[in-house]
Amino acid sequence: MLRVIGKRLALLVPTLFGLSILLFIWVRNLPGGPATALLGERATPEAVERVNELYGFNEPIVVQYFTYMGKLLQGDFGVSINTGRPVLEEFATRFPATLELTTVALIFAIGIGIPLGYVAARRYGSFVDHGSVVLSLLGITVPVFFLAFIFKYFFAIQWPILPPDGRQDPRINATHVTDFYVLDGILTGEYDAAWDAFLHLILPGIALGTIPLAIIVRITRASVLEVQNADYVRTARSKGLLEKTIRNRFILRNAMLPVVTTIGLQLGLLISGAILTETVFAFNGIGRFLRDAIFGLDYPVLQGFIIFIAVLYAFINLIVDLSYSIIDPRVRVQ
Amino acid sequence: MSMTDKLARGSRPIRKRAAVTAGVAIGALLLSGCVQSQREEDTGAGGEDAVDSTFVFAASADPAGLDPAFASDGETFRVSRQMFEGLVGVEPGTADPAPLLAESWETSEDGLSTTFALKEGVTFHDGTEFNAEAVCFNFDRWYNWTGVAQAPNVSYYYNNLFRGFADTPDTAVYESCEVNGDLEATVTLAQPFAGFIPALSLPAFSMQSPTALEEFAADEIGGSAEAPSLSAYAEGNPVGTGPFKFDSWNVGEDLQLSTYEEYWGEQGQIETVIFRIIDDPQARTQALQAGTIDGFDLVAPADIPALEDEGFMIVPRDPFTILYLGINHAVEELADPLVRQAIHHAIDKQALIDQTLPEGTQLATQFIPPVVEGYNEGVTTYEYDPERAMELLEEAGYPDGFEVQFNYPTGVSRPYMPTPEQVFTNITDQLSEVGITATPSPDVWSPDYLDKIQGTEDHGIHLLGWTGDYNDTDNFIGVFFGTESLEFGFDNPELFGSLNEARGMTDRDAQTELYSEINEDIAEFNPAIPLAHPAPSLAFAPRVVSYPASPVNDEVFSQIELSE
Repeated sequence: MLRVIGKRLALLVPTLFGLSILLFIWVRNLPGGPATALLGERATPEAVERVNELYGFNEPIVVQYFTYMGKLLQGDFGVSINTGRPVLEEFATRFPATLELTTVALIFAIGIGIPLGYVAARRYGSFVDHGSVVLSLLGITVPVFFLAFIFKYFFAIQWPILPPDGRQDPRINATHVTDFYVLDGILTGEYDAAWDAFLHLILPGIALGTIPLAIIVRITRASVLEVQNADYVRTARSKGLLEKTIRNRFILRNAMLPVVTTIGLQLGLLISGAILTETVFAFNGIGRFLRDAIFGLDYPVLQGFIIFIAVLYAFINLIVDLSYSIIDPRVRVQ
Repeated sequence: MSMTDKLARGSRPIRKRAAVTAGVAIGALLLSGCVQSQREEDTGAGGEDAVDSTFVFAASADPAGLDPAFASDGETFRVSRQMFEGLVGVEPGTADPAPLLAESWETSEDGLSTTFALKEGVTFHDGTEFNAEAVCFNFDRWYNWTGVAQAPNVSYYYNNLFRGFADTPDTAVYESCEVNGDLEATVTLAQPFAGFIPALSLPAFSMQSPTALEEFAADEIGGSAEAPSLSAYAEGNPVGTGPFKFDSWNVGEDLQLSTYEEYWGEQGQIETVIFRIIDDPQARTQALQAGTIDGFDLVAPADIPALEDEGFMIVPRDPFTILYLGINHAVEELADPLVRQAIHHAIDKQALIDQTLPEGTQLATQFIPPVVEGYNEGVTTYEYDPERAMELLEEAGYPDGFEVQFNYPTGVSRPYMPTPEQVFTNITDQLSEVGITATPSPDVWSPDYLDKIQGTEDHGIHLLGWTGDYNDTDNFIGVFFGTESLEFGFDNPELFGSLNEARGMTDRDAQTELYSEINEDIAEFNPAIPLAHPAPSLAFAPRVVSYPASPVNDEVFSQIELSE
């Protein structure tokens, strides 16, 4: 097991190296330059020149790359051009928010997706089945910003039961220890602050979780449909096993393999989906921050972020692979 | 890291109320899908006479930093104006300079030295006394910046207006500051600068506490040469003399200010100001409708009627903007004055305004808005007259019209141009009526569009504009037509000469007179077409009775009146 993990981690090195080169060339070859973005519509050529010189954009690209990599290896991701703060610090402040949001979205997607997909498959052709297919189609096709608009319109404006945006009501003046606001509230005993932060997670969490939910429903349904007609299920049933045992040990366990893979893939997608969700819900996570970086041509943030996501993605995949061995004994033996 | 880590927690009723409402409501949500408006009942807080003294305003972005000397953007200045004051302020509702921390000033004959008489009994939020020494400390601070602090994007306004530092004295406008007593300081300039007094009304030249500037190393920016980093002062220790002092800044979420008890002026009703960062325009509108904010700026024109119907207050500012149709004289057809006149006559500006620009927009006859010095009421105009346009085109040798590239930006909303695509479509239609075919040439605003218009000759007619910073005519027409540029591609030494002359004049009245003449010269030359002065609007919750709207955004929240 340890060898597998080690091997996977070692593979990460060349991947990241290649990625960093591609990224660097791509970002620096974007049209125009950060100087124009920084100085606005009336920048004089002298001012642009001055900025380029100060920021090192005049150096040959190879020199810029090695300067960048040198710092990166020391854990220095540079300073955000837009905010003037270290990139790493910006991530550290905002990552808990995104993690909170994706957790809620994932709980929503898995909590509803797997049971719904299972029921739909078990009652193949029924009303529930057709309903789940239509719902999952809708979930995939409705864009997040539209969903956000509708949710806010109904649940925050017409019927004001949930907050429309943000992470917490600023009037509460909550104490923040970990920057996971719900957790902070519980740790400090400010339960109302925790509850408020939780309420702020509901609408964006559902909006973000819709697409994964739709996909999980479909995969679970398809997978259960296939497994429940398998020979070994028929055999189990003819042996007279309890229906509960058949469901838990024969159908669900076998059907879960493709579902777990899908969930792993969805995790990566959730983070990119967070860009839109966090923007429309004014939710202060890395998604919204990345969007600002894209619009403001914030090079250090873009580079740092993509490398960060690549590492994260690799780790998620590793965890998914390892979880196979828990579900599937055959993998464990190999 | 979070900057709001505070132990003092307010126990406002809103917390419990929110928790209870939400708990009950979630249950209800599951039971029923019926929808009804309860906003009115839900937002009323406190007793009948009590005014909720917390004011929540949605900002479209975080401030760039808390040190206004290193800022140039609207969101930073909005926050700065609550905490800081300059020697010179702005006459309410206008763009004209007015006394603020300086009660009066006197400028010498040669226009080089100005003596300021300071207001008595003013203190900074940290207890430091505001006096002549503090004034000179600030002026000397700006002048003595080194390294990254001198970068044009970092100290934008000082670079643009004072043009040089202690290590480049040849170009510098500033020379020295002298303390003449506790409440009198004389600032001496190395060269005449007619806009000196109005420029001091910019938040970038606010007076900041010398004690705090030193204690929190305000000038130590640029830890690395790659990008400037914020000083400890700019991250969380700003100290000014304004009605509100800094409390906390939770980057990306909110920034809080509270009343400065020792403030020298009127304190007003508001005790706590919360700026919430909501960058999506749609989200700001919905937050106002949901009652989680009290107001926001730059309302989308399309949202105004709906918000008004729902009882929200829309406050338009007097315009301080210009939207124009640029013309590239390097294009053969467009170099012909007759063709440019024809284009001018072909455009129905009023129709354009009615169809594409926000309420309160004024029709433009020249390149400065009416509140700016030198605005000429009697300037030559080109009325909407398609017949005349066609005659002029025939005279110019284009009886069947001609084809021209029309450049416009996409994916951007500027205060002077909320929807460029709509303006483009509207003008294209109007031009086609007289036989001019515009071929669309869209580009992404930043940096493609700006690079193309200002850095290349590859453009025909285009949309662009400007929002002024303070009452300075040169800030508008001097920037557009002061020298030969790729944007307009014409050489008019006479115009360049008179703009240069006006810029260096010390007598403000004579200068205003000259600018008025220049505006007429420009109108006759007709180098491009001034279209409109769009007015940005703010929207507020019904409890806001009045808001001190200012064309130059000089809006201090202590002057807001609330009814509940």
